[in-house]
Amino acid sequence: MTVAIKARRADAVAVPPDRRRGRGSRRTTPPWWFTVPALLLFAFVVLVPSARGVYYAFTNWDGLSPAFSWIGFGNFAGMVDDPAATQAVWHTLVIAVAITVIQNGVGLLLALGVNSIIKSRNVLRVLLFAPAVVTPIVSAYLWRNLLGPDGAVNSLLGAVGLDSWRQDWLGDPDIALWSVVGVIVWQFAGYSMVIFLAGLQSIPREIHEAAAIDGAGAVRRFWSVTRPLLAPAFTINLMLSIIGGIKLFDQVYALTGGGPGHATDTLSTLIYKDAFTLGEFGYSIALAVVLTIVVSVASTGQYLGLSRAEKAVS
Amino acid sequence: MNRYRARTLTLELVMIAVGVVFAFPVYVLVNLAIRQPSDTSSPIAPTTSPTFDNFTQAWEQGALGGALANSVLVTTGSVVVILAVSALAAYPLARVAARWSRWTFLLIMLGLVLPFQLAALPLYQTMRDLGLLGTPWALILFYSGLQVPFTTFLYVGFLRAVPRDFEDAALIDGCTTLQGFRYVVLPMLKPVTVTALVLNAVAVWNDFFTPLLYLSGGSQQTLPVAIAGFVGQYVSDWNLIFAALVISIVPILVVYFALQRSIINGFAGGLKG
Repeated sequence: MTVAIKARRADAVAVPPDRRRGRGSRRTTPPWWFTVPALLLFAFVVLVPSARGVYYAFTNWDGLSPAFSWIGFGNFAGMVDDPAATQAVWHTLVIAVAITVIQNGVGLLLALGVNSIIKSRNVLRVLLFAPAVVTPIVSAYLWRNLLGPDGAVNSLLGAVGLDSWRQDWLGDPDIALWSVVGVIVWQFAGYSMVIFLAGLQSIPREIHEAAAIDGAGAVRRFWSVTRPLLAPAFTINLMLSIIGGIKLFDQVYALTGGGPGHATDTLSTLIYKDAFTLGEFGYSIALAVVLTIVVSVASTGQYLGLSRAEKAVS
Repeated sequence: MNRYRARTLTLELVMIAVGVVFAFPVYVLVNLAIRQPSDTSSPIAPTTSPTFDNFTQAWEQGALGGALANSVLVTTGSVVVILAVSALAAYPLARVAARWSRWTFLLIMLGLVLPFQLAALPLYQTMRDLGLLGTPWALILFYSGLQVPFTTFLYVGFLRAVPRDFEDAALIDGCTTLQGFRYVVLPMLKPVTVTALVLNAVAVWNDFFTPLLYLSGGSQQTLPVAIAGFVGQYVSDWNLIFAALVISIVPILVVYFALQRSIINGFAGGLKG
């Protein structure tokens, strides 16, 4: 209390411009060197290596030998003729879009479910979010067994009489990519749910009651009241799932290793393979540059689109 | 509007069914982890003669104790550095309107877009030259830089909404700027620090790609890499693998259930902050 009063009194006293620095100053100006430790770490780990990475993308460096030469756009031209690379770009985009749509759709439904007055709501919140804190590589190894030919998913389908639905979920090139998407939705739908739930709980009850009195049904209330007011939650959820989907590595590595063939390879798994099993550092880093461009375009486009949507609401 | 009706009961039953579907993999995980290798019945049938041998065997053969200690060291060390340097940097970035401050903030925010795969390979070479490859210090250094943009972003957003009167008062009362930061600003940052702590700790603890790169071949693995190595070694010995998976999940779930409120609020905190 006294602190606040003193601060206000200090504000009221006119201080001549030449006395604004030092102990008599009325405004704190934290010094620039507070940013130095963070900047040094950031520059060492992110900025400098990224800049070097962009340079190496135009060379044929193998990661070890000191001798390498500048090959211009050679690596990028090579990607066009490399089916593994073009497929990886396509898989990355498919996974990112599929996860964004399905994970957030499921997450929103779960959030609406546990935001009701059902008695199990608190238990369900904790339970449904739990997979999101589990190490992705660990949950992926679990699912690799569950989705195997003799795994629990096929056993369960057999037990309920759906034998014709049994699949080689990770071994069939037409299905494997969707199995990967399914595993990620299982793990992170609860994450989307928690963010939607925080958004739902910030909507005042009175608005819903007023709309109900005016005769709006449940669906109409959701579409015209809840949905627009959830705009900030949508922004965060879409951003997280798009970027997470584009950078996906752990789950693919553990579930399929990118296979069968290259059927589930993403940009991240291909970057790893090319650099560390094939020793093509230059080519691998060129793929990382492509990944950077995809992430930048997606996040910028999304940011612009959604901030327009948020403005339209307010 | 708030009465429990027949429709509410229907919703309750549907949601419980969904919860059971979500929990089903965990049932199979535990069910197979306590099963003897000779038992070849269906994975969904309850195990009739449970054993704990898989756990002791996985713990010893996977060297999971050492990996657990490494994960704790890396996570604690990284999170302490990340929070300290980011909070310190966020203070002038949120309070000073000068051009250098705005440009520095933008420069750091660039890190939100750059995927770490781009930096990871050239940095691998630097770490090798410094002799850090294969040691936990490589990881602590890496995360301390990698997580700066996101954490600084959280702190700056929060600080801009906090009135500066208290800091000004502390200065008038004779504090240095550093003391003002330590005794006045930091305590006010507690809510966003909980969010940053939870999100960073989970991200560092669960990361697999970086330790796979920087620790491969060494003897000091973190838990995710030790698990991956274990799976590679015992390819189809699923009872043993599942026991190892259970061992790696238990510490996370214990912390999660003990601190569920703070953790869930931490994840949702990006929205409010």
